[in-house]
Amino acid sequence: MSLGGTAGQQLPVDLVTMGRASIVDEIAAARARSRVRFRTLFVLTWVVLVGGLALLILSSGKTDFSFLVGEWGNFIIAGVPVTIIVSICSIVLACIFALLGALGRLSTIAPVYSVASLYVSLIRGTPLIVQIFFWYAALPQFGIVLPAFLAGVFALSFNYGAYMTEIFRAGIQAVPRGQREAAAALGMTERQTMRRVVLPQAIRIVIPAVGNEFIAMIKDSALVSYVGIQELFFRAREVGTRFFHSFEALALAALIYWLLSIILSLFQERLEQRLAESDRRS
Amino acid sequence: MTTPTSAPRERVRDPFAIPGTLVPPGAEPIVHLEAIEKYYGSNHVLKGCTLEVYPRETICLIGRSGSGKSTLLRCTNFLEEPTVGVVEVDGIRVEADPLHARSRAHREQLRQIRLRAQMVFQEFNLFPHMRVIDNLIEGPIRVRGVSKDQAVATAEKYLAKVGLSEKRDEYPGRLSGGQKQRVAIARALSMEPKVLLFDEPTSALDPTLVGEVLKVMAELAHEGSTMVVVTHEMAFAREAADRVYFIEEGVFVEAGPSDEVIDDPKDPRTRKFLERLLDKA
Repeated sequence: MSLGGTAGQQLPVDLVTMGRASIVDEIAAARARSRVRFRTLFVLTWVVLVGGLALLILSSGKTDFSFLVGEWGNFIIAGVPVTIIVSICSIVLACIFALLGALGRLSTIAPVYSVASLYVSLIRGTPLIVQIFFWYAALPQFGIVLPAFLAGVFALSFNYGAYMTEIFRAGIQAVPRGQREAAAALGMTERQTMRRVVLPQAIRIVIPAVGNEFIAMIKDSALVSYVGIQELFFRAREVGTRFFHSFEALALAALIYWLLSIILSLFQERLEQRLAESDRRS
Repeated sequence: MTTPTSAPRERVRDPFAIPGTLVPPGAEPIVHLEAIEKYYGSNHVLKGCTLEVYPRETICLIGRSGSGKSTLLRCTNFLEEPTVGVVEVDGIRVEADPLHARSRAHREQLRQIRLRAQMVFQEFNLFPHMRVIDNLIEGPIRVRGVSKDQAVATAEKYLAKVGLSEKRDEYPGRLSGGQKQRVAIARALSMEPKVLLFDEPTSALDPTLVGEVLKVMAELAHEGSTMVVVTHEMAFAREAADRVYFIEEGVFVEAGPSDEVIDDPKDPRTRKFLERLLDKA
């Protein structure tokens, strides 16, 4: 064992490391057990609460889900792709508005800064539902008639663009100053610096926040049903009214919205983890 | 110091300018800082610094933190706008004009100076979203309008020079601090500048990585690159620099051949600074 050293020094060291290894394993095992217990209780609580509520409602005898099986259920579910398409179109447009808004809010040219600030202030200061009706119902008075889909997407994206302006502004400002200095020192113009150096890094920074906005957008897209876009909520309302069973139809729609949010949140978490990992590498 | 005047001002000469051994006879200075003053608010950071750098010589600026040495270097390529004074680099002469700093013509002149005087930063400032090779060709392609093939060839040449050819396609995040700084030096070289400015290039490095960067810099100095280096590395300054300027509270108090200033400082302030630095080492 000992290589010329004193055996008396070697022995206790071995004992200590052996003892440490086993206690480390035990701690890890205990942590794992308590994690599993926590998760099990978490899921059980959800099952009890949601299941109990569902049982309570079903046992009231006042509900009848049978009309949703088949044609009418499918009719409601067919609103999901519409909801998703409206949300995707709107988030893409909103990103463009937000980018322009952020560049405006960072501009040193007074009128540009002023216009961007006006946009943010006006949009954030008025209700989304009013804006939706404005695009669809008020503009025709001036001869500007937008199809329902366009009016809805414009309203949503213009609204979200204003909120996301601050996200993009913060993202641009989060790019270290040294990056701009390095670009300037290379001789790049301010425009080149923004386009080639700052924005590519800022976009990476804002991706998680944009994901959150997208999830919020899925839910707010229900509001565009008021201009006649046949998305999820519109269809649920139609079916519910027709059969005088709004509860069942709306419950189905709510369940679908909820599932969409959960699925997108999982994606979002994965994306954030991936970005965090690649940040650790850099 | 400087008197405001509308007539073309007389050129202020640098009393410490002694062209080094590599300087061709009869050469004119390639960098000329004349009576540079810089205020941050009411804080007078630079109080009239005049500096001439001849082609092929290496100058080190030394002094304690906050003495203004980095600010002076950053005034040379206008990352800081001097409050008063004139900067001339390779024939491009720009008078400090903080009241009209944003005019298009002024900014174009600054760009011309920056093309000629490339800077290496303390914090490397590589572009993390670009591979090493893309970091190196970005400036030549976008700013100098070099063709991509030519830019890549030049970049590969300088990457080999700093000994990092095999890192060509890596992202900066996968490099050590020393490697990052060598890439940053290669990036500056790829612009084929007339002058290299180094702003404390080894201060952000792990002590074990300082050597590899200083070695590259010493090589450049011995090959006759024109360099202005802000540094705390006295061994490097003595070995690689032709002349050393000691700056304190925004003025040059002593300057001269590097071995004279570092081994046998005349001014008591220089002596005190060097003693403290040696105590710490």
